[in-house]
Amino acid sequence: MSIAFKKETFRDDFTFRNSPAAIRRFPFPFAEDSYMYAVNIEPHVSGKTGSVFEHPIDVDEHYVGEMEDRAKVLAEDPLRCQALPHMMPAQWDLLELLMESKAKSYPDVFSLTKDGDKWHWVNKALGIDDKFTFGDTSTLPYEPMEYVTRQSQGDFCILDQRDNNLWMDAGMVTTQADWSLDFDIGMNFMEWHGPVPLAHQLGVFERALKFMLNLQHGHPVRRFNWTMTINPRLDTSPENYHKWGPDRTTVTPENVGEKVHLRVELQSFFRLPRSNAIVFPIRCYLISMQELVTIPKWGRRFHRVLKGLHPDLADYKGLTRYRPTVVEWLSQYDDGAPTSPGWDPE
Amino acid sequence: MTKNVDHEVEVTAITQVADTVKRFRLVPVDGKTLPIFSGGSHAVVTMRGTDAGGAPVLYRNPYSLMSSPNDPSYYEISVLKVLNSRGGSHFMHDRVKVGDRLSLSNPVNLFPVEHLGRKHIFIAGGIGITPFMAMMDGLAAQGGPFELHYGFRSRTHGAYWRDLQDRYGEARVKLYCEGEGQMIDADQLLEHQPLGTNLYICGPGAMIAFFTDKARQAGWPVENIHSEQFLAPPSGKPFLVKLKKSKIEFMVGEHQSILEAIEAHDIDANFLCRGGACGQCETAVCGMDGEIQHNDHYLTDDEKQSGKKIMICVSRFKGGELVLDL
Repeated sequence: MSIAFKKETFRDDFTFRNSPAAIRRFPFPFAEDSYMYAVNIEPHVSGKTGSVFEHPIDVDEHYVGEMEDRAKVLAEDPLRCQALPHMMPAQWDLLELLMESKAKSYPDVFSLTKDGDKWHWVNKALGIDDKFTFGDTSTLPYEPMEYVTRQSQGDFCILDQRDNNLWMDAGMVTTQADWSLDFDIGMNFMEWHGPVPLAHQLGVFERALKFMLNLQHGHPVRRFNWTMTINPRLDTSPENYHKWGPDRTTVTPENVGEKVHLRVELQSFFRLPRSNAIVFPIRCYLISMQELVTIPKWGRRFHRVLKGLHPDLADYKGLTRYRPTVVEWLSQYDDGAPTSPGWDPE
Repeated sequence: MTKNVDHEVEVTAITQVADTVKRFRLVPVDGKTLPIFSGGSHAVVTMRGTDAGGAPVLYRNPYSLMSSPNDPSYYEISVLKVLNSRGGSHFMHDRVKVGDRLSLSNPVNLFPVEHLGRKHIFIAGGIGITPFMAMMDGLAAQGGPFELHYGFRSRTHGAYWRDLQDRYGEARVKLYCEGEGQMIDADQLLEHQPLGTNLYICGPGAMIAFFTDKARQAGWPVENIHSEQFLAPPSGKPFLVKLKKSKIEFMVGEHQSILEAIEAHDIDANFLCRGGACGQCETAVCGMDGEIQHNDHYLTDDEKQSGKKIMICVSRFKGGELVLDL
C-alpha cells in the first residue's frame, strides 16, 4: 500500500489540511453525547482496514510534514528529547519495536533487514538508508530513541518500572498538548498526573497504575485523550506558550471553521522486552471544525459534548475563552436528531 | 487482559541435572524465534495429556526462564519434581518426552533486576536458583556487580552449583550445602553492604520471610528487598462454585484451584502469575454462604475482610456455595 504524503506546515502559514480519506478515518473520540474521564483502556488489537487501528503504529499522509516540523522543534529546543542514563536498553527496545512494526505494516515505505546484530533500515519517505549495529550507539547518528522517533509520528514517553510505580525517565515530546518533558522527566505516575482535575478523586489514576504495572509483553493496550487547538499547530508546548497562547484570543464566529481544531491523542502502551519498561506513544490527530462537520453525526455530537463539558475540564483543556463561540457555531450543525452510539461516521 | 497468546514449542532436550530436577529445552515449532525477555521472567507452561482413565487433563504451571535472555532461539526451564505434586511437575518428569509439544505463554517479569541498583545480592534456596540464572547471565554481560548465595539440601540435590561456580567464580558464587552443615550467615551478609545494594530472595516462604525480616531489621529500605515465591495453590476440601454470568456451577476439587476448575470448563479467566501475587485474577464475589480462605499476597486486609473480592488462582472457600461474577 502506498501513501500520498503531503507537503504541509504546522506553524507560520499552517497549510495543514486533511484529505477526505483522512477525515473519514479520523479517530473521533466520543462514543456518546457527553464526556467524562474514565480509565477507558482497551486491547490494542488490529481494527478495521484503513482505520487508525489497523496497524500497531499508524503512519498517515501527514508523516513527512510532521517529521519536518519535529526536526525544527528540536533544532530550536533540544531539551524536548531526553533520556536518563539507565534507559539505554529501553531505547534499543523502542527502536526495535518501531522499526519492526513499520517495516511489517508499510513494506512499500519502510524496510528492515537483519544479519545477526547488523541491521539495515530504509525509510523511503524521508530518504534514509542506514546500516548500524544493534546495541552499539556509536553506529547511529543519534541515540536510538532520538534516531527512531525522528522518523515516527507522535510523542513517545518511556516509563521505567520500579518500586511499584512508573517513572518518566525518557521521552521525545514535540507534539504535546501543553506539558513539558523537561519539567516532568524523572517524575512518577502520580506526580506527572498531578495537575489533572477531578480524575484523582475518581480513583482513575490508582486503577490505571495498577493495571499498567501488570501490562504484559505482546498485549499492548490503548486509550484516547482529546483537547482543542487553535490553528493546526503540533508544538503546543509550555515552552512555546508565548507563540500559541494568544491564538486563543483570535477566534471569531467567522473563522471557527478554519481555525478551531479538535485534537485527539491515540495513546498506546507497550511492554518492552529487555528493559521491562513501558513505552507510551502519544499519536496526535488534528481536524478543523469545517472538516469535522462534513460528517453530520460528528457535527451533532461534538456540539453536545462541548456544550455539556464540565467547566473544570474545559478550563484544564484551555477551552474556556473560545468555547461559547465554538458551541454557537456548531449549533447550526445540530438539528437535535438522535446520534448512534459509537464513533463511526455512518 | 491476559487472554493467553501461546507459543507452540517442542521439547528438544531433557537433562537430569540433580536428584529431582530436570531441565527442558524448548524450541518454537513454527520456525520463528521466541520473544526476548528480561532476567527474572517466567512463562506459563500448558501441558495437555490424558489421565489413567483416558480423560483429558490440563496443567498450567509458571516456570522461570533460566536460559540467556538475549538468545530467542530457545528457552530453558528447570522443573523440580515435587513430592505432593498436584500433577504438573509429575507430568513434566514422567510423561513429557523429547519431541513432545507444549504451549508457552509470553514471558512475564514480576521479579526483575533493579537496573538502578549499584550491587545485587541473590539468595537462592533450592529450585529458587532458576530465575537468578537468567539474571546473572544478563548482569555478567553488562559488567553489573552481583553475588549469589545459594543454599541447597545436598550436593546431588542442588542443581547447577558446580556450573555456576565454574562460570562466575568462587568470589561471586557462595554455596551452602545444608547436609554439610553450611548455612548463610544472614547478619554478616546484610550488615555492611553499600548504599544502593538490592537484595533478591527466591526459595521457600520461610526463607523469604527470614531474610526479609533480617534485612528490614538491619535497616534496609523495603524498596531494595525483592522476592519471588513459587507458591502452588494450596489444597483443601472441595466446594461448590457458581458463575453468575456464565450460568454454570461446579465443584472445585481437593487439589484444584478455582482458576483451574474454571479453565477445566473451557472458560477463559484472567490470570498472570498463578501464585497469588500479581492481582490479575481478582474476581468479584456476588454472594456466598460460608467463608473465603484468602491465600494470596495481594488483597489488603480490608479487602479480604469485605468478602467482596477473591484471588481465584490460590484462594479457597469453606461452606455452602460461592457465587462469582464471571
